[in-house]
Amino acid sequence: MTGTPILMASTSIGLIIVSVSIAMLLIRVIIGPTLPDRAAALDTLGINLIAMAGLLAIRLSTIHFNDVILLIAILTFIGTVALAKFLVKGVVIERNSR
Amino acid sequence: MHLLHVAIVLPLMYALFAGLFARWKRTIHTGWFILPLPALLFIYFISILPGVSQAPLFASLHWIPSLNINFDVYADGLALLFSLLITGIGSLVILYSIFYLHTSEKLGHFYTYLLIFMSAMLGIVLSDNLFVLYTFWELTSISSFLLIGFWNHRDKARYGAQKSLLITVAGGLSMLGAFFMLSHVTGTSSIRTLLLQTETILEHPLFPVMLILILFGAFAKSAQFPFHIWLPDAMEAPTPVSAYLHSATMVKAGLYLVARFSMAFTPSDLFFILVTGVGLLTLCWGSYLALKQTDLKAILAYSTISQLGMIMAMLGFGSSTAILGAVFHIFNHATFKGSLFMVAGIIDHETGTRDIRRLRGLLTFMPITATLTLIATFSMAGVPMPILNGFLSKEMFFTAATELAKEGSLQAAVAPYVPIFAVFGSIFTFAYSMFLFFRPFTGSKDEADFPNKPHEAPAGMLISPSILVALVIVIGLFPNLIAGVLLAPATESILGGKAVTDIYFWHGFFNLPFLLSCLVATAGILVYFFRKRLDGMYRILPGKASGNRLFDGLVYSLEAGSSRVNGRIMTGSLTDYFQIILVFFVGVVGYTIVEKMPLDFMSSQLASVEWYEWLILLVIGLSAIVTLFIHHRIALILVIGVTGYGVALLFVMFRAPDLALTQLVIETVTVALFLLCFAHMPRLEKPGKKAPIRKILQIVLSVGVGVIVAVTGISSFRFGDQFEKISAYFLETSYTLGGGKNVVNTILVDMRGLDTMLEIAVLGLAAIGIYVMIKVRDREELK
Repeated sequence: MTGTPILMASTSIGLIIVSVSIAMLLIRVIIGPTLPDRAAALDTLGINLIAMAGLLAIRLSTIHFNDVILLIAILTFIGTVALAKFLVKGVVIERNSR
Repeated sequence: MHLLHVAIVLPLMYALFAGLFARWKRTIHTGWFILPLPALLFIYFISILPGVSQAPLFASLHWIPSLNINFDVYADGLALLFSLLITGIGSLVILYSIFYLHTSEKLGHFYTYLLIFMSAMLGIVLSDNLFVLYTFWELTSISSFLLIGFWNHRDKARYGAQKSLLITVAGGLSMLGAFFMLSHVTGTSSIRTLLLQTETILEHPLFPVMLILILFGAFAKSAQFPFHIWLPDAMEAPTPVSAYLHSATMVKAGLYLVARFSMAFTPSDLFFILVTGVGLLTLCWGSYLALKQTDLKAILAYSTISQLGMIMAMLGFGSSTAILGAVFHIFNHATFKGSLFMVAGIIDHETGTRDIRRLRGLLTFMPITATLTLIATFSMAGVPMPILNGFLSKEMFFTAATELAKEGSLQAAVAPYVPIFAVFGSIFTFAYSMFLFFRPFTGSKDEADFPNKPHEAPAGMLISPSILVALVIVIGLFPNLIAGVLLAPATESILGGKAVTDIYFWHGFFNLPFLLSCLVATAGILVYFFRKRLDGMYRILPGKASGNRLFDGLVYSLEAGSSRVNGRIMTGSLTDYFQIILVFFVGVVGYTIVEKMPLDFMSSQLASVEWYEWLILLVIGLSAIVTLFIHHRIALILVIGVTGYGVALLFVMFRAPDLALTQLVIETVTVALFLLCFAHMPRLEKPGKKAPIRKILQIVLSVGVGVIVAVTGISSFRFGDQFEKISAYFLETSYTLGGGKNVVNTILVDMRGLDTMLEIAVLGLAAIGIYVMIKVRDREELK
């Protein structure tokens, strides 16, 4: 691992916090109890992944994960919207009513 | 290309035109167009006969020289004897069939099959190459199948055809196996060359196997015990076919084979035991059963079986008297049995039935037919009248049976018992022959029950049996007419040396064979008169122990068994198939690992694991395990989504940004697709109560698969650096050769672009497939 010790220490702390967060979100995804709970947990999980990817990018001192971060942001948004629509309307893509 | 080649192939070529003839002139019976061919061939074989008895003809034609398979023909005495029978009786049978078959029958088919058969039969007896012989051998099975099933609208004809095909082809295939061994052991596939290597063959450890396989083929074809069961069922064929195939030619193919190979095999004791034993058994069993039959053709079928057994037994004896007797009887049997079948056909044709219980007093209606039958049956019975050829060959059979003791130690040991079997079989032969003549032809015609009004057959129908019966008497009176020119060369080619071939016209009164003949005649008459008393015996001895029951049971249990096995394995349940696949996988891979691979895991090259890697593994593992216990679809797909995102994070950690990108998108799309489907699907049911054992087995199996894959993965790691990795090259040349700094992408589109192209094709196909599935379903609904 490259980087100064203080960088390493701070990313470690950040990763631990994010990991704990992920673990707790996982519990929420698994036990529910309702589907909106799970959907919201999954959305938050995606944001935690962004954080984790960012921390890892710092830790591995690379710029190649920036795409990943942006993608996760877009995907969690799309995914959550799709899921929300499914939960409300029962379908994701409606048929044209023309 | 020798004339012999032409002679063999000519009927086959001519068969191509038989159908055309049948269409061309409907007023003229097709048989008239066919008849000149066998007659011509017969004359040809007669013309080469004198030369061949001096020096056999040999001609070769390249067919597959690289495999040592050539269309070699070899005409010696034995081959010519059979060729003459095939073409001679073939001509007579075709002449007979012209009057027997009405022009409304499918004559084109009939003569096509018959000509194919004739070609095949000539091919068998004249081939010098094992594999060419086998080819023709199977061709006779197939054409015989077609001929037996000629009236294929009848159930029994189809049954008989199928049965004979199954049995003779089973024999033929085992014979092929023996031929492979023989040609491997001797290094040649030429029969002539091979027969000279008696020592090599007899001393080879595989010899008993070869012998049994060859004899299986010969016995199945020649209807020997216990493979005789197809012959009575083959009687559903038109009578000319029965006369030709099932008395004179095809059933003698097995005899030909045994005779042909006996030169090499005779010194073996096993050959003697099998051939003589089976022959005698067939003789007794066939003649015993013949007396029980009530159908004319069935009597003749069992009679053929028993006569073939007698010839087979003589071939087994191996002495020169016996061989001469066998050859003589082959000839004689063809004459009288051919005519008897034709006579049976005439009776069937003119009275409308073949059931012997309904026939009485035909003598007054059909005097000529009766005379022909009388001579032929008496010749078959071996009535001690020296004008009948059957008597002469039967005398030779008794002579050979009683002289057996002179041959060798084994022969001497069984010698006292052989005449007993011979006499027993002959007594019954005598009895059913009498039955065959006296029952339909004598008695009061008032008791009879004819479907048609009986009358004498047309002259054309009587020509062929008359010629054959005339031969019976001529050969009976002057056996030496054919002995020198025909029988002697045949005997010599079986024995492989000079043979004494004088057939005594009359042995004199006081010798053992003649006394045996008289004994047979007396006892036979007694059996004939007291045949009603035998009914009890027939209930006990064949009783339920008949070969037909065995065959039917075997076929039935094969079918039932295989359908049961299929029903057990092919349940239609994907779970079961998947379990079978996995069990196989665990078994094979597990066995290979346990047997072949030392399970020493190398830990020296392992990388160290960071703590956050543990963490993410924990998340993935936890969500994977949880999926097993969730019974709500959406919750399930969300948890699986967690697994997918976790894997994406792993890619990030292992520095694979492109993979991570793709994985994220795909995971999201998959989740969305699942959601699309879920709108249309019922709620996920709780799995029903399975049998606990089944559930435990499934758990064991899945754990087994996991362990096997894990062990394979871990242990394959130690082979990881045995070879130089190619990735170094890619890293080095990605920019210089590919012009890109992203090595993954350079590989995908430049270094291994072909894979990418095909993956694109896969995606395209999937898209088209989905589109079609949706659209076609809609269209179906519209209909």
